[in-house]
Amino acid sequence: MASKKSVVPFGPQHPVLPEPIHLDLVLDDERVVEAVPSIGFVHRGLESLVKKKDFKEMQYVVERTCGICSFMHGMTYCETVEHIMDVEVPVRGRYLRTIWCEMSRLHSHMLWLGLLADGFGFESLFYQCWRMREQILDMFEQSTGGRVIFSVNAPGGVLKDMPSDMLHAFVEKLNGFEQELHHIADIFLNDYTVLTRLKGVGILTPQEAHDLGACGPMLRASGIARDTRKLGYAAYGDLDFDIITSDDCDSYARCEVRIKEMYQSIALIRQAVDKIPEGDIAVPVKGNPNGEYFMRVEQPRGEAIYYAKGTGTKFLDRIRIRTPTFANIPALLKTLKGCQFSDVPLLILTIDPCISCTER
Amino acid sequence: MSKFMPFAGTMLKNLFSKPVTTAYPGQPAVYPERSRGHVDIDIAQCIMCGLCSRNCPPRAITVDRAGGTWTINRFDCVQCGYCAQVCPKKCLTIAPGYQTPGAEKKEAVYQKPTEPEKPAETKKEES
Repeated sequence: MASKKSVVPFGPQHPVLPEPIHLDLVLDDERVVEAVPSIGFVHRGLESLVKKKDFKEMQYVVERTCGICSFMHGMTYCETVEHIMDVEVPVRGRYLRTIWCEMSRLHSHMLWLGLLADGFGFESLFYQCWRMREQILDMFEQSTGGRVIFSVNAPGGVLKDMPSDMLHAFVEKLNGFEQELHHIADIFLNDYTVLTRLKGVGILTPQEAHDLGACGPMLRASGIARDTRKLGYAAYGDLDFDIITSDDCDSYARCEVRIKEMYQSIALIRQAVDKIPEGDIAVPVKGNPNGEYFMRVEQPRGEAIYYAKGTGTKFLDRIRIRTPTFANIPALLKTLKGCQFSDVPLLILTIDPCISCTER
Repeated sequence: MSKFMPFAGTMLKNLFSKPVTTAYPGQPAVYPERSRGHVDIDIAQCIMCGLCSRNCPPRAITVDRAGGTWTINRFDCVQCGYCAQVCPKKCLTIAPGYQTPGAEKKEAVYQKPTEPEKPAETKKEES
């Protein structure tokens, strides 16, 4: 006998969700048959502000797209404008951007680990993760003056330099951070109770991940090695790193990929600090952008795409931001189909959703 | 390989160590040197050009050239530092220390001190 299907609304307010997304879950007993998403609760219309703010002011608007990858949003916007205007950023400026990018990845993944721990009800682990994340935020405050919004990017380079002693002090701090991360990673990757919640949950096959256009750790956890950092923007072209993938395709794989990426971020910061040359951090930008450019960057959550078009006036004609969460929602819906109702919050977390980003 | 209770060590360590948080406001907050808390103005140096006001992304600054006042709505200011960047006299700076909360959106008004008559030399330079 076929059971009666019921629809359970999930979100926009839910303890596991830091931001509002609504899903209508069609349930057959405890099993999810279908999930219908609806977004639009925090739309701010940042893209249309481009008509009111000139292209230099727009940087301060764009970096407020997201509170976690705000540095990367600002940097991507500036690099897009720089490409349109044929501005060559000094090497030191590019290295500084790389270091801040990797620090952003570190604190974003640490935040995600905390939320994941909260998702499966491990409160004390959640607090440990966020305590560790504070160290990175303090480093941001020391170097940029802000903990969330950094305002150090400008078309042409960066506005603040990091002296050598500050860079080496950061590497020292990261060494300690890495030691602590070993303990935390051990719990996420080996604890019996954590494994029972993550292993084999939310399988996304490589073919599905590719067809649904997943990106970032979600895609790499399905065994597809695609990382936009390999395109060599900022100073990534000068640094050696391998793309981290996993073939398990489940929630555990996504957790593992993110943890390994944190170790990689620390290694990349060390490399960048060793290689960073002396010199200018920015060049003056004259004139107005005229032309268009597509820019792809690897944010902590995946690949973000920026498009900007200028017509020679100080106001850009159009700006378009495609954020990684937006690309990962179809993959999320795929993983939700057939899962248990109690796994829904966890599966939503494994794409590392950033709804503010998605809705801009 | 799954382990049983790997968190126990961290938990015990945590139990016998000091809290990582500070008891604010009893213990005052320490801001790093570069912290972007609020905009400071050296009003005597200001030439009332209005560049800060025109470039401020949230339009928090008003410059009244005739009255010689520089006004900032600190509740609208987002501490981006763009005003300090565009200021030709560099009389604007970003200093640590955040705006204290309040029930009203009050503006801070700075009056430019009236200057004594400029000596004739300055006029020569201008011409």
